[in-house]
Amino acid sequence: MRSVRPTRSAGSFEYGMWLFTRISGLALLLFGAISIGIGFLLGGRQYLSMPAMFRWMFFPNPNHVVNSDIPDVSLGWSNAFWQIYSMLMIFLATVHGFNGLRMVLEDYTERPLLIAFLRGLTMLLLVAGIIVAIYVILAS
Amino acid sequence: MELSRRVSVVSGLRYRGRAGMLTWLLHRITGLGILLFVGTHVIVSFFGQQFGDDLAFAINAVYESWAFQIFVYFSVLFHALNGTRLALMDLFPALISFQREMIWLQWLIFIPVYSLPVYVMVQTALSGA
Repeated sequence: MRSVRPTRSAGSFEYGMWLFTRISGLALLLFGAISIGIGFLLGGRQYLSMPAMFRWMFFPNPNHVVNSDIPDVSLGWSNAFWQIYSMLMIFLATVHGFNGLRMVLEDYTERPLLIAFLRGLTMLLLVAGIIVAIYVILAS
Repeated sequence: MELSRRVSVVSGLRYRGRAGMLTWLLHRITGLGILLFVGTHVIVSFFGQQFGDDLAFAINAVYESWAFQIFVYFSVLFHALNGTRLALMDLFPALISFQREMIWLQWLIFIPVYSLPVYVMVQTALSGA
Protein backbone atom coordinates (compact mmCIF):
# COMPACT_ATOMS: atom_id res chain seq x y z
CA MET A 1 0.00 0.00 0.00
CA ARG A 2 1.31 3.38 -0.98
CA SER A 3 0.92 6.33 1.31
CA VAL A 4 -0.31 9.62 -0.15
CA ARG A 5 2.24 12.38 0.04
CA PRO A 6 0.79 15.76 0.93
CA THR A 7 1.32 18.40 -1.75
CA ARG A 8 3.67 21.15 -0.70
CA SER A 9 2.73 23.93 -3.08
CA ALA A 10 -0.71 24.57 -1.62
CA GLY A 11 0.62 24.66 1.93
CA SER A 12 2.29 27.98 2.45
CA PHE A 13 -0.50 30.41 1.47
CA GLU A 14 -3.23 28.39 3.15
CA TYR A 15 -1.10 27.93 6.28
CA GLY A 16 -0.39 31.66 6.37
CA MET A 17 -4.08 32.51 6.12
CA TRP A 18 -4.94 29.85 8.72
CA LEU A 19 -2.48 31.45 11.13
CA PHE A 20 -3.63 34.97 10.23
CA THR A 21 -7.26 34.06 10.91
CA ARG A 22 -6.43 32.84 14.44
CA ILE A 23 -4.16 35.78 15.30
CA SER A 24 -6.43 38.46 13.82
CA GLY A 25 -9.50 36.98 15.51
CA LEU A 26 -7.88 37.06 18.95
CA ALA A 27 -6.38 40.50 18.23
CA LEU A 28 -9.79 41.91 17.25
CA LEU A 29 -11.28 40.73 20.54
CA LEU A 30 -8.41 42.36 22.44
CA PHE A 31 -8.77 45.61 20.47
CA GLY A 32 -12.53 45.59 21.03
CA ALA A 33 -12.11 45.08 24.77
CA ILE A 34 -9.62 47.97 24.98
CA SER A 35 -11.72 50.42 22.98
CA ILE A 36 -14.99 49.64 24.78
CA GLY A 37 -13.17 50.06 28.10
CA ILE A 38 -11.87 53.48 27.05
CA GLY A 39 -15.35 54.32 25.70
CA PHE A 40 -16.75 53.69 29.18
CA LEU A 41 -13.98 55.76 30.79
CA LEU A 42 -14.71 58.69 28.43
CA GLY A 43 -18.27 58.88 29.77
CA GLY A 44 -19.98 56.35 27.55
CA ARG A 45 -21.25 54.24 30.45
CA GLN A 46 -24.14 56.70 30.75
CA TYR A 47 -25.38 55.83 27.24
CA LEU A 48 -25.65 52.06 27.11
CA SER A 49 -27.24 50.67 24.00
CA MET A 50 -26.21 47.78 21.77
CA PRO A 51 -25.43 49.87 18.64
CA ALA A 52 -23.42 52.37 20.72
CA MET A 53 -21.36 49.61 22.30
CA PHE A 54 -20.61 48.11 18.89
CA ARG A 55 -19.56 51.57 17.67
CA TRP A 56 -17.03 52.01 20.48
CA MET A 57 -15.88 48.44 20.27
CA PHE A 58 -15.15 47.88 16.61
CA PHE A 59 -14.76 51.28 14.96
CA PRO A 60 -13.67 53.93 17.50
CA ASN A 61 -13.73 56.88 15.16
CA PRO A 62 -15.21 60.34 16.01
CA ASN A 63 -17.57 60.40 13.04
CA HIS A 64 -18.95 57.02 14.07
CA VAL A 65 -19.09 57.50 17.83
CA VAL A 66 -20.79 60.93 17.51
CA ASN A 67 -24.09 59.16 16.79
CA SER A 68 -24.24 57.73 20.30
CA ASP A 69 -24.52 60.93 22.43
CA ILE A 70 -21.12 60.42 24.01
CA PRO A 71 -19.93 63.74 25.52
CA ASP A 72 -16.97 65.60 23.95
CA VAL A 73 -16.28 63.21 21.11
CA SER A 74 -13.69 65.47 19.52
CA LEU A 75 -11.67 65.52 22.74
CA GLY A 76 -11.56 61.80 23.31
CA TRP A 77 -11.61 60.13 19.93
CA SER A 78 -10.17 62.44 17.27
CA ASN A 79 -6.46 61.92 17.51
CA ALA A 80 -3.78 59.99 15.69
CA PHE A 81 -3.88 57.14 18.21
CA TRP A 82 -7.47 56.22 17.38
CA GLN A 83 -6.89 56.79 13.65
CA ILE A 84 -4.04 54.28 13.58
CA TYR A 85 -5.98 51.97 15.92
CA SER A 86 -9.02 52.04 13.61
CA MET A 87 -6.94 51.46 10.50
CA LEU A 88 -5.24 48.46 12.09
CA MET A 89 -8.61 47.07 13.15
CA ILE A 90 -10.12 47.64 9.70
CA PHE A 91 -7.19 45.86 8.07
CA LEU A 92 -7.44 42.85 10.41
CA ALA A 93 -11.24 42.66 10.17
CA THR A 94 -11.56 42.97 6.39
CA VAL A 95 -8.80 40.47 5.64
CA HIS A 96 -10.24 38.05 8.24
CA GLY A 97 -13.76 38.45 6.83
CA PHE A 98 -12.97 38.26 3.13
CA ASN A 99 -10.60 35.35 3.67
CA GLY A 100 -13.50 33.57 5.37
CA LEU A 101 -15.72 34.36 2.37
CA ARG A 102 -13.03 33.01 0.05
CA MET A 103 -12.81 29.78 2.04
CA VAL A 104 -16.58 29.26 1.99
CA LEU A 105 -16.75 30.00 -1.75
CA GLU A 106 -13.89 27.60 -2.50
CA ASP A 107 -15.62 24.88 -0.49
CA TYR A 108 -18.50 24.92 -2.95
CA THR A 109 -16.58 25.59 -6.17
CA GLU A 110 -14.66 23.04 -8.19
CA ARG A 111 -13.77 24.69 -11.50
CA PRO A 112 -10.30 26.33 -11.32
CA LEU A 113 -11.31 29.20 -13.60
CA LEU A 114 -14.32 30.01 -11.45
CA ILE A 115 -12.16 29.85 -8.32
CA ALA A 116 -9.71 32.31 -9.87
CA PHE A 117 -12.57 34.65 -10.83
CA LEU A 118 -14.10 34.50 -7.34
CA ARG A 119 -10.70 35.13 -5.76
CA GLY A 120 -10.26 38.21 -7.93
CA LEU A 121 -13.73 39.46 -7.04
CA THR A 122 -13.10 38.91 -3.31
CA MET A 123 -9.76 40.73 -3.58
CA LEU A 124 -11.48 43.64 -5.35
CA LEU A 125 -14.13 43.92 -2.61
CA LEU A 126 -11.42 43.69 0.07
CA VAL A 127 -9.36 46.52 -1.45
CA ALA A 128 -12.47 48.68 -2.02
CA GLY A 129 -13.59 48.14 1.57
CA ILE A 130 -10.18 49.10 2.98
CA ILE A 131 -10.01 52.25 0.79
CA VAL A 132 -13.52 53.41 1.80
CA ALA A 133 -12.81 52.77 5.49
CA ILE A 134 -9.46 54.61 5.42
CA TYR A 135 -11.15 57.54 3.65
CA VAL A 136 -13.81 57.67 6.40
CA ILE A 137 -11.12 57.52 9.10
CA LEU A 138 -8.97 60.28 7.60
CA ALA A 139 -11.88 62.54 6.61
CA SER A 140 -13.36 62.65 10.11
CA MET B 1 -8.65 9.71 -4.37
CA GLU B 2 -10.16 13.11 -4.15
CA LEU B 3 -12.80 14.13 -1.69
CA SER B 4 -16.09 14.63 -3.46
CA ARG B 5 -17.86 17.85 -2.63
CA ARG B 6 -20.99 17.06 -4.61
CA VAL B 7 -23.25 16.14 -1.72
CA SER B 8 -27.00 16.46 -2.09
CA VAL B 9 -28.96 18.61 0.35
CA VAL B 10 -30.85 15.57 1.63
CA SER B 11 -27.73 13.60 2.52
CA GLY B 12 -26.27 16.76 4.00
CA LEU B 13 -29.28 17.08 6.29
CA ARG B 14 -29.17 13.39 7.16
CA TYR B 15 -25.57 13.65 8.35
CA ARG B 16 -25.56 13.83 12.14
CA GLY B 17 -22.46 15.65 13.29
CA ARG B 18 -23.83 16.55 16.74
CA ALA B 19 -22.56 19.57 18.70
CA GLY B 20 -19.42 20.12 16.62
CA MET B 21 -21.41 20.22 13.40
CA LEU B 22 -23.83 22.76 14.85
CA THR B 23 -21.04 25.09 15.98
CA TRP B 24 -19.26 24.71 12.61
CA LEU B 25 -22.45 25.57 10.76
CA LEU B 26 -23.29 28.50 13.05
CA HIS B 27 -19.70 29.79 12.82
CA ARG B 28 -20.01 29.85 9.04
CA ILE B 29 -23.47 31.43 8.96
CA THR B 30 -22.67 34.07 11.59
CA GLY B 31 -19.35 34.86 9.90
CA LEU B 32 -21.00 35.43 6.52
CA GLY B 33 -23.75 37.39 8.30
CA ILE B 34 -21.24 39.72 9.97
CA LEU B 35 -19.49 40.25 6.64
CA LEU B 36 -22.83 41.10 5.03
CA PHE B 37 -24.00 43.42 7.86
CA VAL B 38 -20.70 45.25 8.22
CA GLY B 39 -20.03 45.49 4.48
CA THR B 40 -23.50 46.90 3.83
CA HIS B 41 -23.17 49.26 6.80
CA VAL B 42 -19.80 50.61 5.61
CA ILE B 43 -20.98 51.19 2.02
CA VAL B 44 -24.32 52.67 3.08
CA SER B 45 -22.74 54.98 5.68
CA PHE B 46 -20.26 56.19 3.06
CA PHE B 47 -23.09 57.12 0.69
CA GLY B 48 -25.10 58.69 3.52
CA GLN B 49 -22.13 60.75 4.70
CA GLN B 50 -20.99 61.90 1.27
CA PHE B 51 -24.23 62.41 -0.64
CA GLY B 52 -26.93 62.54 2.06
CA ASP B 53 -28.77 59.68 0.36
CA ASP B 54 -32.21 58.94 1.90
CA LEU B 55 -32.06 55.23 1.12
CA ALA B 56 -28.75 55.07 2.99
CA PHE B 57 -30.27 56.57 6.14
CA ALA B 58 -33.24 54.21 5.87
CA ILE B 59 -30.96 51.16 5.66
CA ASN B 60 -28.89 52.38 8.61
CA ALA B 61 -32.07 52.93 10.64
CA VAL B 62 -32.98 49.27 10.07
CA TYR B 63 -29.45 48.24 10.99
CA GLU B 64 -29.57 50.14 14.29
CA SER B 65 -33.09 49.03 15.28
CA TRP B 66 -33.34 46.86 18.38
CA ALA B 67 -34.91 43.93 16.51
CA PHE B 68 -32.02 43.75 14.05
CA GLN B 69 -29.44 44.25 16.79
CA ILE B 70 -30.65 41.00 18.39
CA PHE B 71 -29.38 39.13 15.32
CA VAL B 72 -26.20 41.20 15.12
CA TYR B 73 -25.44 40.52 18.79
CA PHE B 74 -26.07 36.79 18.34
CA SER B 75 -23.70 36.67 15.35
CA VAL B 76 -20.90 38.68 16.93
CA LEU B 77 -21.03 36.95 20.32
CA PHE B 78 -21.31 33.43 18.92
CA HIS B 79 -18.55 34.01 16.36
CA ALA B 80 -16.28 35.52 19.02
CA LEU B 81 -16.81 32.73 21.57
CA ASN B 82 -16.55 29.92 19.05
CA GLY B 83 -13.51 31.51 17.43
CA THR B 84 -11.82 31.78 20.83
CA ARG B 85 -12.52 28.10 21.46
CA LEU B 86 -11.05 27.16 18.07
CA ALA B 87 -7.96 29.29 18.61
CA LEU B 88 -7.45 27.80 22.10
CA MET B 89 -7.77 24.28 20.70
CA ASP B 90 -5.23 25.08 17.98
CA LEU B 91 -2.81 26.66 20.46
CA PHE B 92 -3.11 23.79 22.97
CA PRO B 93 -3.80 20.60 20.99
CA ALA B 94 -4.26 18.65 24.23
CA LEU B 95 -7.64 20.36 24.53
CA ILE B 96 -8.92 18.67 21.35
CA SER B 97 -9.81 15.56 23.32
CA PHE B 98 -12.07 17.73 25.49
CA GLN B 99 -13.90 19.25 22.53
CA ARG B 100 -17.33 18.18 23.71
CA GLU B 101 -16.78 19.62 27.19
CA MET B 102 -15.47 22.85 25.66
CA ILE B 103 -18.58 23.19 23.50
CA TRP B 104 -20.74 22.67 26.60
CA LEU B 105 -18.75 25.35 28.41
CA GLN B 106 -19.12 27.63 25.41
CA TRP B 107 -22.93 27.32 25.47
CA LEU B 108 -22.88 27.76 29.24
CA ILE B 109 -21.15 31.12 28.75
CA PHE B 110 -23.11 32.07 25.65
CA ILE B 111 -26.65 31.60 26.97
CA PRO B 112 -26.54 34.06 29.92
CA VAL B 113 -24.26 36.58 28.18
CA TYR B 114 -26.60 36.60 25.20
CA SER B 115 -30.00 36.35 26.81
CA LEU B 116 -29.65 38.93 29.60
CA PRO B 117 -28.89 41.91 27.30
CA VAL B 118 -31.54 40.71 24.85
CA TYR B 119 -34.05 40.62 27.70
CA VAL B 120 -33.11 44.19 28.65
CA MET B 121 -33.26 45.34 25.01
CA VAL B 122 -36.70 43.84 24.41
CA GLN B 123 -38.04 45.17 27.71
CA THR B 124 -36.73 48.68 27.02
CA ALA B 125 -38.11 48.66 23.48
CA LEU B 126 -41.56 47.37 24.47
CA SER B 127 -41.93 49.79 27.39
CA GLY B 128 -41.97 52.60 24.83
CA ALA B 129 -38.54 54.15 25.32
